[in-house]
Amino acid sequence: MDLPVIWFVIIALLWLGYLFLEGFDFGVGMLLPVLGRDETERRVLINTIGPVWDGNEVWLLVAGGATFAAFPTWYASLFSAAYLPLLLLLLALIGRGVAFEYRGKVDSPRWRRNWDRVIVIGSWVPALGVGLVLSTNIFGLPLDARGDRVGSAFAAFQWPALLGAAAVAGFALVHGAVFLSLKTDGEIRHRARSLALRFAPVALLPLVALLVLVQSREGFTWTVVPLALALVAVVVALLRLRRGREGQAFAGLGIALASTVVALFGALFPDVLPSTVDAANSLTVYNAASSPYTLGVMTWVALFGTPAVLVYQAWTYWVFRKRISTTHIPPVHVP
Amino acid sequence: MDVLDIARWQFGITTVYHFLMVPLTIGLALLVAGMQTAWYRTGKPQYLKMTKFWGKLMLINFAMGVVTGIVQEFQFGMNWSAYSRFVGDVFGAPLAMEGLLAFFVESTFLGLWIFGWDRLSKRVHLACAWAFSLATMLSAYFILAANSWMQHPVGIEYVNGKPQLNSIWALLTNSTVLAAFPHTIAGCFAVAGTFLVGIAAWHLARRNRSTPSMLGPASRSSEADDPDRKVWFASLRLGSWVGLVAFAAVALTGDLQSKLMFEQQPMKMAAAEALCHTEKPAGFSVFAYGDVQRADCESVKSITVPALLSFLANGDVDSEVKGVHQLVGEYRAKYGSNYPVDPRLGELSGRPIDYVPNLPVTYWGFRLMIGFGVIAAGAAALALWLTRRGRIPRSRWFAPLALLSIATPFLANSFGWIFTEMGRQPFVVAPNPTGVDGVWMYTAQAVSAGVTVGEALFSLIALTTVYGVLAVVEIFLLRRFVRAGVEGVMPPDPGSTPDSGSGDAKPDVLAFAY
Ligand code: HDD
Ligand code: HEM
Ligand code: HEM
Repeated sequence: MDLPVIWFVIIALLWLGYLFLEGFDFGVGMLLPVLGRDETERRVLINTIGPVWDGNEVWLLVAGGATFAAFPTWYASLFSAAYLPLLLLLLALIGRGVAFEYRGKVDSPRWRRNWDRVIVIGSWVPALGVGLVLSTNIFGLPLDARGDRVGSAFAAFQWPALLGAAAVAGFALVHGAVFLSLKTDGEIRHRARSLALRFAPVALLPLVALLVLVQSREGFTWTVVPLALALVAVVVALLRLRRGREGQAFAGLGIALASTVVALFGALFPDVLPSTVDAANSLTVYNAASSPYTLGVMTWVALFGTPAVLVYQAWTYWVFRKRISTTHIPPVHVP
Repeated sequence: MDVLDIARWQFGITTVYHFLMVPLTIGLALLVAGMQTAWYRTGKPQYLKMTKFWGKLMLINFAMGVVTGIVQEFQFGMNWSAYSRFVGDVFGAPLAMEGLLAFFVESTFLGLWIFGWDRLSKRVHLACAWAFSLATMLSAYFILAANSWMQHPVGIEYVNGKPQLNSIWALLTNSTVLAAFPHTIAGCFAVAGTFLVGIAAWHLARRNRSTPSMLGPASRSSEADDPDRKVWFASLRLGSWVGLVAFAAVALTGDLQSKLMFEQQPMKMAAAEALCHTEKPAGFSVFAYGDVQRADCESVKSITVPALLSFLANGDVDSEVKGVHQLVGEYRAKYGSNYPVDPRLGELSGRPIDYVPNLPVTYWGFRLMIGFGVIAAGAAALALWLTRRGRIPRSRWFAPLALLSIATPFLANSFGWIFTEMGRQPFVVAPNPTGVDGVWMYTAQAVSAGVTVGEALFSLIALTTVYGVLAVVEIFLLRRFVRAGVEGVMPPDPGSTPDSGSGDAKPDVLAFAY
């Protein structure tokens, strides 16, 4: 494999890491008003992700930064062409990050209610936004020969991309519920599990539809394999959850997500960003890549950096491995 | 307004705003790690209280640093896609390294620090504080290396009309970043030092008011029933020393930067001085009156220190410093006198290039940076004098003054950046006079061509509004926690055994939860 292909794979892996980790963060935020029936319960939910959400978000920054370094024209064209969805995503992430930190800093129900709203919106919008941008990227954008968008500001809002938005949001919802059943104890745990079981068939439907659509429009013969694997993994995950094996269900969803990312990026290859105006304008792994020197440097950095990140992030999850329940929540103590 | 103007406003607003949070985070992070180390070593409760109090303020501020940083990372692609395409081979690398090597460490270990009080051993918990604070500096290094490359492109060759990286080492050891990094970090400590001074002085003054007319040794006895006085006193002393040393460092490194600027961006140097005609030796203008805006400069009168500029620029008192007029001619000859004819440049297509940066901004930006720094240093020196040999400052005016001076290093930092960035205009990538030919880019060419005015304007308005609202919220929260002092951040019952630390109340309850 040559360097541009390796970097295409690395970027797919970064997106996988992001969707897997922040996927359940988003899910927890989306479910806040549903599963958290009183203040203490809502605090239980938020504290399951408290120590880790920021580290999870960095996966997005690094996916973006790695795209900039390895495929500058891909970064430039995608980010300027999908301007509006990215802006909405940014605004939502701004609110969400601040909300986690500030919500508990004033002991007032109104204050908390307002930040809860920000968390809920701030979790739905980026989940939808990431889904929209990633699937737009697969189906293509109207780019001219220079890589600039021709056509309206709403070019990214096509129905296949909207399906992709629903796919990621639906996945995050189920993923978050299963995560909560794994990280909480007491009533919330059971509520989270039964919610996951009840809604999963509906919530995961857009994901399945997206996979089939991508396969029929852009897929190769071999991408049927990850597609099938994703479907099987989803079914197995739900069966395990019904049996009360939350950990296995969570792992199953992870395999489903990994297979999905392989199927989607597999279908995209060798393009990195197709043009819907003229195939000659499409950005490919080769015409969008940085020079071999830059890719070489970045490969060394990734070779050294990524394992370290995986180790210390895994350690964080280990340190905070205990389930949380309402009895663990300390009283509010703020000025 | 066209997309170019909007994108410039947006970049200016979002970056200056981001850089209000950044220096406070960087400065406080290291000081808090130091305070926690003192607690770990000595077990004295006052150090734990300091760690918790200043740590809490740092966290409130950190959240805003994170969320405003995300915008920065996306903005290059969204608004400046032509720039990103042009420089991507070089510029993306330090950005990606910053994410992979610094942001991951920062965010992960901060999470461990916040939530880990009862989950980690004291030693490991302390190590997390250090990992976090060193990572903030590492991130500063990478991003400043990226920014320095725009000021002084190195480590490249020119291939197919674009710069191509040929030495990452040259990029990371660019003389410009070697000077800008210590200067910026020192600026960060100026912020943190003054922050400590202002808030601690206010708390001490409040105590004085509630225990009036106790002078000299009597104030010592009141210490017994007010253990927190030690916290504020120690913070005040620490902050003053940090502020003073930071100012000395800022001045020394700033002098280094001036010398580099003289070689690397002579026009910025001339603009910083509104020096219209070449002078030999050149004086340093302290204050100008008249119309700095007019490029003929005939109406500007200024109070100068003879030969100081020659010294700043070149290290001796009689060398020549080129003025704006001479430089415009040289720039025209070297980099062309007109913009290329390109419809995407809009009105500027084919028009003459204006090589002179906005003179009032660069001239006053430079002076305000230094001036506000001097005020901050003065406040720190005053605080040290008033607290010599354990004295408690008694004067009524000191606390409000110290509180006000918190703003000054923030302003100095903002003006420093505004000067650096606007002094680089009309270039977004300034040409390196001794570097590879052909590698420069005009700001006007850098903006995204496919983005509509509507999108850009919506983005500018939405971000500015959200930032404005969040500024109010952050200041509201900081104020609340500042007023509440130590009681606001320590567990409800600090316990009678101070060195047992925090968190070993009931084993089941989390030591900290959102
Ligand atoms: C001299 C230091 C400095 C400068 C010039 C900048 N930043 Fe910054 N940035 C930091 C120093 C810093 C920091 C101290 O490391 C922050 C502040 C709070 C924090 O979380 O980290 C940060 C946060 C931060 C984050 C969030 C990281 C996270 O989620 O943990 C991003 C994505 C950026 N920055 C990106 C940028 C970009 C693209 C910049 C240039 C245009 C920029 N920053 C200028
Ligand atoms: C690595 C860090 C930075 C990079 C890569 C960078 C890059 C840029 C770019 C691309 C622009 C737009 C072009 C222009 O209008 O000049 C710009 C403008 C600007 N930047 Fe920076 N910048 C960085 C750091 C900062 C910081 C930290 C600040 C201040 C806090 C700052 C202040 C400004 C200002 C005020 C402008 C507007 C200048 C103008 O429009 O004339 N920059 N910078
Ligand atoms: C004696 C005092 C000072 C001198 C001689 C000085 C000199 C300089 C120079 C020459 C630059 C421009 C570098 C360039 O564009 O190439 C600069 C930038 C800057 N200054 Fe200062 N400065 C002084 C004080 C301060 C103070 C007190 C602060 C903040 C507390 C500060 C913060 C900054 C910042 C943030 C920048 C922009 C980033 C950079 O280029 O490093 N400076 N300074």
